[in-house]
Amino acid sequence: MNGAPFLAIAATKSHTALWMFLAFVAATLAVTWWSARHSSGPAAYFAAGRRITGWQNGLAIGGDYMSAASFLGIAGMIAFNGYDGFLYSVGFLVAYLTVLFVVAEPLRNTGKYTMADMLAFRMSPRPVRAMASLSTLTVSTFYMIAQMVGAGALVKLLLPGVSYEMAVVGVGVLMIIYVVFGGMLATTWVQIIKACLLISGSLLLSVLVMRHFDYSFPKFIDAITHVSFHKNGVLVTQNFLEPGLKFGAAVTHGWGPLDMISLGLALVLGTAGLPHVLVRFYTVPDARTARASVVWAMIIIGAFYLMTTFLGFGAATILTPDNIVVDGKPNDNMSAPLLAQALGGEVLFAFISAVAFATILAVVAGLTISASTSFAHDFWTNVVHHTRAHRPDEEVLVARVTAFVVGAISIVLAIKLQAINVAFLVGLAFAVAASANLPAIVLSIFWRRFNTAGAVTAMAVGLASSIVLIIISPSVMGTDAKALIYGAPLFPLKNPGLVSIPLGFLGAILGTLFSRERASAAKFTELEVRANTGLGAEKATER
Amino acid sequence: MASPESPDSPPWEKIARDPDFRRLLADKIKFVVPATMFFLIYYFALPVLVGYAPKMMSKPVWGQLNAAYLFALSQFFMAWILAAFYVRAALRWDREADAVLKKFDLK
Repeated sequence: MNGAPFLAIAATKSHTALWMFLAFVAATLAVTWWSARHSSGPAAYFAAGRRITGWQNGLAIGGDYMSAASFLGIAGMIAFNGYDGFLYSVGFLVAYLTVLFVVAEPLRNTGKYTMADMLAFRMSPRPVRAMASLSTLTVSTFYMIAQMVGAGALVKLLLPGVSYEMAVVGVGVLMIIYVVFGGMLATTWVQIIKACLLISGSLLLSVLVMRHFDYSFPKFIDAITHVSFHKNGVLVTQNFLEPGLKFGAAVTHGWGPLDMISLGLALVLGTAGLPHVLVRFYTVPDARTARASVVWAMIIIGAFYLMTTFLGFGAATILTPDNIVVDGKPNDNMSAPLLAQALGGEVLFAFISAVAFATILAVVAGLTISASTSFAHDFWTNVVHHTRAHRPDEEVLVARVTAFVVGAISIVLAIKLQAINVAFLVGLAFAVAASANLPAIVLSIFWRRFNTAGAVTAMAVGLASSIVLIIISPSVMGTDAKALIYGAPLFPLKNPGLVSIPLGFLGAILGTLFSRERASAAKFTELEVRANTGLGAEKATER
Repeated sequence: MASPESPDSPPWEKIARDPDFRRLLADKIKFVVPATMFFLIYYFALPVLVGYAPKMMSKPVWGQLNAAYLFALSQFFMAWILAAFYVRAALRWDREADAVLKKFDLK
């Protein structure tokens, strides 16, 4: 394969990209302005008035969930490691079966704005809400820092004359504007626009990849099974459909497969505990629409992750890993933009870059609003003020201030952590969601005996064990210069889920059995009826 | 939100004991538990097989496509088909839930 022409243009930054970024920013700011004019009151600010339709919410869930790590990261992982990268794609979709079967409808029927609403329903509200709020803020902040650091590194590569710091500040300020002024309605529409852009960009790239192979699958697959590139200076030809190039036991001292299983567990159970995904179910009128929106999300998310086959293997075959290079260094995150450049020239490169930018903005906006909603509703109103209403709009005001503070802290941290590889923070966010939030959510729906002590223990143990295990894992500890902590890792897996999730459930069970609380079991009857009939569920606001 | 103590609060206990409501719950469990077990086993079979039997999974099955890729691809369709089954069952549960509420003059 002749890669020379791509090499020559590989590091070109694009002015067209700048204009497309600005067009996207202008469109989203217009949406924010419109949202600010069309909403007042807490239900409008926190839940978009619960008037989002099923397909709209499905798109928004997709826009909330498909991060730059998926779009650029998975495409890059497939481009460099073939099949093992595709293995990631699968878990992100299958995870929605847990959301659909177990969480979406009961959550909508029993809560108001946050995950903690459902947990606090039959428990003593203050300890449960305080703990759930801590867990929500932890998950959202970790996830956000990973996104912001990625955003800075990416935008710096894509836009001429923009530094890392400028990129981080730009992304941070935009997300603060969306959330502070436009609330959930603006966030929702930013996510919908992003989902449409991401799907159309991926579809366009997929079609162009197939055109490169004369629309012949056998030709495409033949190319995937014979990818030639330089490995440590030697030209090798590899079958990229073969599993094990990245996580195989042979290349990971035997722990790779177990790590993959651990990651899979965190994905499949963690998605249903991600606060920024859960809050989306409060934006629709009822549980039936919540269900429909999960189905729409599964169609959109599934279609996108299926297309990573074309993006990733397309980059592997058309560019080969040899030509996915920025400033003389291999850069797997740039696989999709460089593939676009090779297939569609500067305009397509600009478009795909703008899509990546939109992707980051929609995700960080979703994280910011879920964090600030939890702080205002769970911590401020219900823990500090014992649910006593103060001034009617105080909750919204606190949320706006929180969004500003969370945004400012994220900007500072993202600039400070510039030189550190923070990709493991995404894995940590999923692990905490799966180990701390999911056990509490599932058991509060299905186990009559479950009580306050159980819920608090589950969240505390899940949160602490995920964080401790990741600190002593190879993600943080190592004996090379890049390691954050110097020393041989004490825990062999990069993903703690395999251990921390069972610990979370164990904490839930032991905490429950070692305490006595009659109220939670009595209230379970009411929760059961509400969750399964929708009786007494929060209504959509009048227009 | 009406608190259970207020006089116009719905009769939660009565509804919870209603045989039609119990049947609805049993119906849901009968679907959700086996379906969840199925997709967890089907999903985790993928990393287990690919991780511990890479040789077997590398064998070409359909043209040059190997078992590993086809199994991964099948997961997408498994998820969609299972979701479709759930939606079909849930439409029936919706009718049953509405019937229970009607019985108590709540709908």
